[in-house]
Amino acid sequence: MFELRDKTVADEILSQLKAAKVKLRFMHVCGTHQETLVRHGLDTVLKKCGVTVSQGPGCPVCVTTAREIEEAIALARRGYTVASFGDMLQVPGKDASLAQVKAQGSDVRMVYSIEDVVNLAKQHPQKQVVFLAVGFETTAPSTAAVIENGPPENFSILSCHRMIPPALQAILRAGELRIDGFIEPGHVSTIIGLKPYQLISRQYHVPQVVAGFEPLDVLMSVWMLVQQVQQGKAAVENEYARAVNAEGNVKAQRVMRQVFAAGDVAWRGFPVIPKSGMFLKPQYAAFDARKRFADDLSVLAGESFPEPQGCLCGAVLRGVCASQECPLFGCQCTPQTPLGPCMVSREGSCRIEFQYQKK
Amino acid sequence: MCLAIPGKVVTIDAKTGHAQVDYGDGTSRTVNVSLVDVKVGEYVLVHAGFAIQVVDRKEAEETIALFKEMLEMAGEA
Ligand code: SF4
Repeated sequence: MFELRDKTVADEILSQLKAAKVKLRFMHVCGTHQETLVRHGLDTVLKKCGVTVSQGPGCPVCVTTAREIEEAIALARRGYTVASFGDMLQVPGKDASLAQVKAQGSDVRMVYSIEDVVNLAKQHPQKQVVFLAVGFETTAPSTAAVIENGPPENFSILSCHRMIPPALQAILRAGELRIDGFIEPGHVSTIIGLKPYQLISRQYHVPQVVAGFEPLDVLMSVWMLVQQVQQGKAAVENEYARAVNAEGNVKAQRVMRQVFAAGDVAWRGFPVIPKSGMFLKPQYAAFDARKRFADDLSVLAGESFPEPQGCLCGAVLRGVCASQECPLFGCQCTPQTPLGPCMVSREGSCRIEFQYQKK
Repeated sequence: MCLAIPGKVVTIDAKTGHAQVDYGDGTSRTVNVSLVDVKVGEYVLVHAGFAIQVVDRKEAEETIALFKEMLEMAGEA
């Protein structure tokens, strides 16, 4: 029921795409779409049909800035317990990653869910437990639900949650790439629904299709975008109707709105994107690690955190550079010796490229 | 990271807002279902320990047929 494999449909899509004789560039903003594209060789097949699909800033681990990682490292070194999702621990900071800081004796934990962190805080009431909260609208509702529920008093979060629609607008405004359409992230869309995209289509006249993650989902969404381009349309269509409905998850939206306020925040590879960050509202300040540990974090004020030397992650995340174009790809930079987050994260395009193709 | 996996809700504990979700591959997990309205027997997408949406079973079963229809219509046009 959940597997979407049908070779005749795939063949028909590809033959219609070939016959259309187009030359188009689409962008997706989801590491899982990148995985589907590369793992099944769809990127190559689609290129032969005249369609290039670039990866945008769709990896939450990758777009988290060097400053945010240093905040977590500073708190871990200060003696607090810092917890986050697996890949975050491996992202290189200025002189160490969270995993390396752990090896040096700090208390850094890898968790699967924010509820693990709440339990940790309950079990160790004498410890300060900080959750490095990354993720887009798919993940942010779980953080919001925990905060609204009143977590233990020794629990706090470093919110690095970000919203996808403002990033789409930033990319279109910057105009670095001609983008003929967006493949929108299915799981972000289960939460936000279709409305935020509709505003963008109206404003920028860009076709968009919300897509699932099976190979056939991705092929079909490309086909739907091509149809729109050929008909001169710029609508928002939903290929992933089995999981996404127009209004999205209203409960999740409500709790996010209750707990978070939108604020300006930089993304790796991008300047500050207006109203793209999710920050705890003043009434939840007690759970905001940036407020609770303002003194500990003040050492970072005024410092700048340059990208690792030679790393092109920023350009990769803006879709202007492919992973293999980075001179360090596969030589100095591999999943064992990652220089940038795009080689760390399982959603990062360098890691995916390395895993399935190698240089 | 936005990966979400479908599974079937086996039991729900209304008091804690948690459900037991069976992934159909022999594994099952406790999942927070406070963000969705779901009944036992329905399928949910699970992300980082939380159910984020209920899967529409009918839509899921009709997906391929719908694709075929769309492609045929375009092919004839
Ligand atoms: S290959 Fe490594 S150094 Fe190059 S852009 Fe990717 S992560 Fe950065």
